[in-house]
Amino acid sequence: MNLPYTVIFEKRTEDYPKWLPAVTSLASVIVAFIISGIVLKMIGGDPILVLKFFFSATFGSWAVFSDTMVKATPLIMVGLACAVAFKMKLWNIGAEGQFYMGAFFSSLVVLIPMVNLETTPKFIVIALMVIMGMIGGAIWGFIPGYLKAKYQVNEIIITLMLNYVALYWNNFWIFDKWSDAGFQMTPQFEKVAWLPRLSDLAKEYKAFSGITLHLGVVFGIIAAIIIWWILERSHWGYEIKLIGDNPQAARYAGLNITKNLVLVMMLSGALAGLAGMSEISGVVHRLQEKISPGYGFTGIIVAWLAKLNPFAVIIVSILFGALIIAGRQIQPSGIANLLQGIILFMVISSDVLLRYKIRIIRLEQEA
Amino acid sequence: MNLEIILHAGLATGTILLFAAIGEIFSERAGILNLGVEGMMLLGAMAGFSTSLATGNAWVGLIVAMLAGGILSLAHGLVTIHLQADQVVSGLSLTFLGTGLALVLGEGLTGQHPPTIPIVDIPLLSQIPFLGKVFFSEHSLLVYVGYIFAPLTAYYIYKTRPGMHLRAVGEKPSAADTLGISVYGVRYFYTFVGGMLAGLAGATISLAITPGWYSTQTTSGQGWIAVGLVIFAQWNPMRAAFGGYLFGMLRRFILDLQGPAVLFGIANPLYVNSNYGFFLQMMPFVLTIVALIWGSRAATKKRLGAPAALGVPYIRGERGL
Repeated sequence: MNLPYTVIFEKRTEDYPKWLPAVTSLASVIVAFIISGIVLKMIGGDPILVLKFFFSATFGSWAVFSDTMVKATPLIMVGLACAVAFKMKLWNIGAEGQFYMGAFFSSLVVLIPMVNLETTPKFIVIALMVIMGMIGGAIWGFIPGYLKAKYQVNEIIITLMLNYVALYWNNFWIFDKWSDAGFQMTPQFEKVAWLPRLSDLAKEYKAFSGITLHLGVVFGIIAAIIIWWILERSHWGYEIKLIGDNPQAARYAGLNITKNLVLVMMLSGALAGLAGMSEISGVVHRLQEKISPGYGFTGIIVAWLAKLNPFAVIIVSILFGALIIAGRQIQPSGIANLLQGIILFMVISSDVLLRYKIRIIRLEQEA
Repeated sequence: MNLEIILHAGLATGTILLFAAIGEIFSERAGILNLGVEGMMLLGAMAGFSTSLATGNAWVGLIVAMLAGGILSLAHGLVTIHLQADQVVSGLSLTFLGTGLALVLGEGLTGQHPPTIPIVDIPLLSQIPFLGKVFFSEHSLLVYVGYIFAPLTAYYIYKTRPGMHLRAVGEKPSAADTLGISVYGVRYFYTFVGGMLAGLAGATISLAITPGWYSTQTTSGQGWIAVGLVIFAQWNPMRAAFGGYLFGMLRRFILDLQGPAVLFGIANPLYVNSNYGFFLQMMPFVLTIVALIWGSRAATKKRLGAPAALGVPYIRGERGL
């Protein structure tokens, strides 16, 4: 069969238009939803019903939207953690472990306790927890960063292994020393260590009653602004991007790659640790098992879908927060996982459009 | 704690890592880094388990598991070979995809008892004192397959013509291309082989070594350990087999530490407080880190490294490897 047209891939010689990444990301999500719908149909579900349920359960009212935002909060910070590292082509797959270490370290403030919880003002306790959480995550990022800088050890595997180590480390403390009467969790934290919630204002503003959105979301937004500033406006950000894009050129330019490598891993870890702190202090109010339904891994997808843009991370996080909320209620439970995998696949496949122009051309009529 | 049991169990669990790591070696030797091993293993474990349940034949289950892993890996192949996407991110999404598929399709499989791969003694050899007990008796047939598999693949990679083509594509695809070797064809083929072996490794868990379906707990991170093992083994199947067995033995040894009340003449802290067991559960992952550091240092010293074109897409007519 001879068609009069043919499709050719033409390498882009100029930069792609600014709006293109946003369009391809959006298109990838839509295509991923369609594919998942087909899969759902094949195993006997009703995709339209699920989609309707998805929207009503996540954006249907202020209360459920607040729940969505609560789930989006840690994702924003973890997504930023991944985005920063990925900018330098550092594959930090360990945000999950750094999240747990952040949660653990910030819990120390209350569990040891590091300050007198009855007399210390709330903002000092919270500030201390923020600092401790970021230190915890940064330590967990430092290890793979140092090993890569010093011994050229592959950071992908190390960060992954450290995820498991962090999990068992946490388990030891919540099962042993700080177990609440033998349960696999610590006792509930004193109120002074809780991040303020909108529902705390319910007395003054009726509309806020039952709204669980907490201050963590502000941390996330501030973090996004700072990361944007570092990457787009600071000299350090320029170095990070140069090393990521062209390590050879960076070396010739005399940049200290080793130092940057360790620092970026620590920054990335600190952001993930902050997410852990926010979750502990804003949502669960104690250290326990399973504080994260895989936020650290979802953060990878968030960062990639956002094309490593800090502000896009916020928007994508809200979508994935919604996926987590809806995924909890959709059976079988693997659907959310599956959808995430398909979305990520679509996004990386669509990247080809940023590098190539697809053209449909008319073939010359041969005599 | 008994040396014979530790060695015996190490060989059994090491077989899982052996298959998965050798599969990844094939893929990486062709220049395709596939981080989806954990997902492919889980899908393989589920596919093998459910097929064996449905057909009543564990061998059919094994074949379906290999096909499932192989087909899933082709998604990674398409995205990284033709679309030239980043191999790290694609491999990760393969893990999400495999895990998701396995969980969705494996719903309700827990607690079922399908036929498993038979456990047999090797005649004569199993009579050898001690060694016979460790190596040749009461093992799943797949363990014996593993004994032969590692040397065979080493021979294939280093001594045969197709093996040479494989290495050429992973080291210098442009040179391989000029010799008339189809770079894309070779890469697709070994990505598929890697996926099949990961699927086999998964089914080795669910149908032979620790039969059963325990959702994500079935593989519990062994796919990732296998990826680490490849670096430790410096892309050599024999070293991967050795590393896998060693790893299995160390793991069993660590578990056994919890048993006795008195250890080396002192009260065993692990026995007194079972919560210290969490530190033992950490050990496989800590050991992988240690092995990686050791392997990376040795590799730098001997100037041995990853296949030169690992992770680099090949585009004909462009400057590059």
